[in-house]
Amino acid sequence: MRLNRSNLCWLALALITGAYLLFWALLLGATATYSTPDSWLQVLRSAEIRHATFLSLVTCSLAAGFALLLAVPVGYLMTRLEFRGKSWLDAALDIPIILPPLVVGLCLLIFFQTKIGKVIEMAIPFTYQISGVVLAQFVVAAAFAIRTMRGTFQHLSARPEDVALTLGCTRFQALWHVALPAARRGMVAAFCIAWARSLGEFGPILVFAGATRMKTEVLPTTVWLELSVGNLEAAVAVSLFMVLLAVLVLVAVRATGEKV
Amino acid sequence: MIQLDHITWKVSGRTILEGVTVAIPANTYAVLMGPTGCGKTTLLEILCGLRRPTAGRVLLDSVDVTDLEPRERGIGYVPQDLALFPGLTVREQIGFAPKLRGVPAAELNQQVDRLAGQFGIVPLLDRLPDMLSGGEKQRVALARALAARPRLLLLDEPLSALDESMRAEAMALLQRVQQEHALTVLHVTHSSSEAAALGTLHLRMVAGRLEVESQG
Repeated sequence: MRLNRSNLCWLALALITGAYLLFWALLLGATATYSTPDSWLQVLRSAEIRHATFLSLVTCSLAAGFALLLAVPVGYLMTRLEFRGKSWLDAALDIPIILPPLVVGLCLLIFFQTKIGKVIEMAIPFTYQISGVVLAQFVVAAAFAIRTMRGTFQHLSARPEDVALTLGCTRFQALWHVALPAARRGMVAAFCIAWARSLGEFGPILVFAGATRMKTEVLPTTVWLELSVGNLEAAVAVSLFMVLLAVLVLVAVRATGEKV
Repeated sequence: MIQLDHITWKVSGRTILEGVTVAIPANTYAVLMGPTGCGKTTLLEILCGLRRPTAGRVLLDSVDVTDLEPRERGIGYVPQDLALFPGLTVREQIGFAPKLRGVPAAELNQQVDRLAGQFGIVPLLDRLPDMLSGGEKQRVALARALAARPRLLLLDEPLSALDESMRAEAMALLQRVQQEHALTVLHVTHSSSEAAALGTLHLRMVAGRLEVESQG
């Protein structure tokens, strides 16, 4: 292949991409080779970390499930209905994405000290509870799930739903019988993205649910707790475990594009 | 009888349809022609209730249906892209409207089989839309619309995706369907030959207004 200007351009872009990927490979490689697989297994067998792992898996699944339940109707509304102030509402839905994580936690903490918050807590206690972990994960994950569902519905033609309306459907039936089956790949992707986002959530959980061992400790909290006592081996082992989970989620999201 | 009474449609200050008034008698095969972007599809969408006109009324058999939802109008709509439901088999597509009406399973299957037989798509009943050719999709879309037992059928360029060899066959099918089901049809097309072969009432959209060109 002759090196003309166009090829040089592609080569330069490929080098930039390659350098970025190499940087990440070096980061993960350095972390992975910091300790031995035996020490990873030893750490992952400890009761605290097994608890944190179990709690992470449960709370992430719950938060992602709730996020999806919210994301589907909100995403559908924001895609299919034109109304005044839509761009403002759209911006408001992105607030959890741009807010610093610690601020999200602080907002939750303060809200549950208000009268409304205290009434809610009489029914379901959240502050410094496992339910608080789920809520802290949900508030951020939901924003990402909404974005994903919105993109999904935007890519789906509204025509089949229109036809369903002429065939006897109400708008809700058109959503249920036509739009949702067509959006199933997007729903799986939204769930996975919300799940992965929840897994990495740390700031809001630390502020709102605390970092109590064997109670509200999730995997990112474990990394922080282990680092704070200088146990780098344990922090590395848990971090690598989280990387593995994140890769599995990424593979699942990619697979939805082809198979789900 | 369909009557459009001074239908106007404005969007972003631009008038797309202006005072469209026409009466289409029952059991008529009407064809509507006009340049691209002149508002033909918008008119169909207003007729079946997917858009609310800025002004004017839609009357079906002298009943004002302007404020009725699409499902309450008894109008079948086959859009240009056919809009088959992704993920549903041909049997489910055709059985969609009867199922919504609460038709019992045995009767529903009979209805689907009968329509599939009429349209020659019985071997396709278990297929998904992705596994159908353009002509097959068109037949499924028509059968699905007729399963709702409409009194009026709106067809938006239904033959545009078909090649020349299939077009004649599809035109014969449309004619047969209109006669067998005693339907009033409003068929949007760009093709003069299609309009001449099918239409008994010829309409043309010009600058947002509707003109009756000829009546057979």
